[in-house]
Amino acid sequence: MLKQKYDVIVIGSGPAGLAAAVEAKKTGAEDVLIIERDRELGGILLQCIHNGFGVELLKEDLPGPAYAQRYIEEVHESGVETLLDAMVLDISPSRHIYAISEWSGFAELDARAIVLAMDCRERTRAQIRLRGSRPAGVYTAGTAQRFTNIEGSLPGERIVILGSGDIGMIMARRLTFEGAKVERVLEIMPFLTGLTRNYVQCLLDFDIPLQLRHTVARIIGNRRVEAVEAVQVDEKWQPVEGTREIIPCDTLLLSVGLIPENELSKKAGVLLDPVTNGPFVDQGMQTNVPGIFAAGNVVHVYDLVDWVTEAGFVAGRAAAKYAIAQRKRVARQVKLQAGANVRYVVPHVMDKEALAESDQKLQMRVVSPIEGKVWVQVTDGENQIVRKGQRYARPGEMVTVKIPQKAYDEVQKTDRLTVNVVAR
Amino acid sequence: MAEEVTKIICITCPMGCSLEVTHDGDTVTKVDGASCKKGAEYALAELTDPRRMVTSTVKVAGGLHPLIPVYTAAPIPKPRIFDLLASLRQVELQAPVKVGQVVLASVVGTDVDVLASRDLPAV
Repeated sequence: MLKQKYDVIVIGSGPAGLAAAVEAKKTGAEDVLIIERDRELGGILLQCIHNGFGVELLKEDLPGPAYAQRYIEEVHESGVETLLDAMVLDISPSRHIYAISEWSGFAELDARAIVLAMDCRERTRAQIRLRGSRPAGVYTAGTAQRFTNIEGSLPGERIVILGSGDIGMIMARRLTFEGAKVERVLEIMPFLTGLTRNYVQCLLDFDIPLQLRHTVARIIGNRRVEAVEAVQVDEKWQPVEGTREIIPCDTLLLSVGLIPENELSKKAGVLLDPVTNGPFVDQGMQTNVPGIFAAGNVVHVYDLVDWVTEAGFVAGRAAAKYAIAQRKRVARQVKLQAGANVRYVVPHVMDKEALAESDQKLQMRVVSPIEGKVWVQVTDGENQIVRKGQRYARPGEMVTVKIPQKAYDEVQKTDRLTVNVVAR
Repeated sequence: MAEEVTKIICITCPMGCSLEVTHDGDTVTKVDGASCKKGAEYALAELTDPRRMVTSTVKVAGGLHPLIPVYTAAPIPKPRIFDLLASLRQVELQAPVKVGQVVLASVVGTDVDVLASRDLPAV
C-alpha cells in the first residue's frame, strides 16, 4: 500500500538507486520508496552477466546480477518500500511525483527528498547519423545484451560492432559464446574507448579483429542488414578513399556512447552541465533544486560500478538528512488560520522559536464590519492564547494582534492557532 | 630452447599493464612493465596455464525469465571454454533458483563449479 508522502523517493533501482535507498534508511529516513520501471530491482546490472563487479568496494569479483543482489537483499532487509513496473511521468520542483503502473494505476506522491538514479540511454543510429538503408538488424549493444542474456534470443549470427566501448567488446565475446560470428569491431577514435582488460579477454582471446580509426560509412540491406561498408577515417573523421570495404553481416551493434537520462530532471527544473549532460551537483550530490539529489550515471558516465554505488551512498545520506531537517522545521511550525469573521492572516505560518526572540505581530482583514466593541482573539482551538479589545472592526482597516513572548510555552503545545474577530 | 620475449596485457585489474615477459619455454626469467606484484604471477600463469572466468546463461523452466546467468566459481583453462559452454547448453534448471546454487559441478575436468549469479523466483 503506497503512502502519500515519503521522506525519500528514489527513482531507479540500479546500483546508484539501491545504494541511495539503503543509505537513506540507515541515516534515519523513515519512509523510503524506490520506483522502478522494470518488473524487478537491479537495473542494467541484471543483464551485465559478465564478472568484474565489486573488485574495489567488496574486494570480490562478481557477475553483475550477483552484485545487484547484495544490495537488493539490503533493500528488503532495511524495510525500503518498492513500486515496480511503474513509470515516473513527471516531477515538480516542489518534489511532487506523478507515476503510473499497471498495478497501482496513476499515483501522485510527495517526497521530502528525491534521489534521481535513472542511469543513461545508449546513443542510437540516428544520433550518430549513420548513412544507408534502414533494415532490421541494427541494435544498440545494450539492447542486444538484454535479448541475449535475459530474454533468450540472439540478435543475429554475423555481427559487426561499431564502437570499442566496454558493452560492445563484452557483447562481442558474449555473442561468440552463443555461436555467432563477430566479424569486426570498428572504432572511429585512434584508441580503445573501453577498458584494456576487456580488449584482452573479449577480443584478443577469441581473435576478433579490432580496427581503430574506422567507422561504418553505410548500412546495406533491404529487409534485414546484409552488409556494412567500413571505411578508415582521417584526423577530421573524413573517409580515406581507397579504404572502403564491404563486410557481409546480418547485424550491426552500436556501442557508441551513453547519454545521462535527464528528461525527468529537466522537468523538475534541474540544471544540466553541458559537458557531462548530467545535473550540476554539490558535495552531497544535491542538484540546484533544493531536496533533489542525483547519483550514478545520470550525473556522469562511470567506469566502474563500485563508484556508482559509492555515489548512491553519498546521495542517499544527504537526501535523508535533508528530509529529516525538513521534518524538524515543519514540526517547529505553527499554522496561523483565519477563524470567525477573518478573511486571512499574515504570516501564514510561524516558527515557534521566533517567540524566544520577540513578540510576533499578526495582520489580517475581517470579512464583515462590526460597529461595536470586538475581541481579536487567538486560540489553539481550546485555550485562548491572547486577546485584544478594539472599538470596532471594518474590512477597510487592517487588524493586528501580537502574540507575546510569554505565550512561548503554550504555543509549543500546538501546531495551529486560529484568529477570530468577534463582538464583545 | 632459446629465451624469447612475449608481450601480454595483464587483466588482473582495470589498469591493464603491458608486460614484456622474458622466458625460455615455460620458464619465466623476467617480467617488465608490471606496476604491482600481481603482474608477474599473471604473466607466469598466462604462459603456462592461461585461465579465464566464464560467464554465460542456462535455460530455466518456470521462472520469471527463460534464462538464468551463471559463472565459474574460479577461472578455468582457456582452451576448455567452448567445451564448458557446450555442456552448459545441456542444462535446464527448474525455478526457483537461488544465487550461488551449483548449476554444474566440477566442470571440464577441474574442481571448479558453475554457480547461479542471482535468485530467480518461480512464477
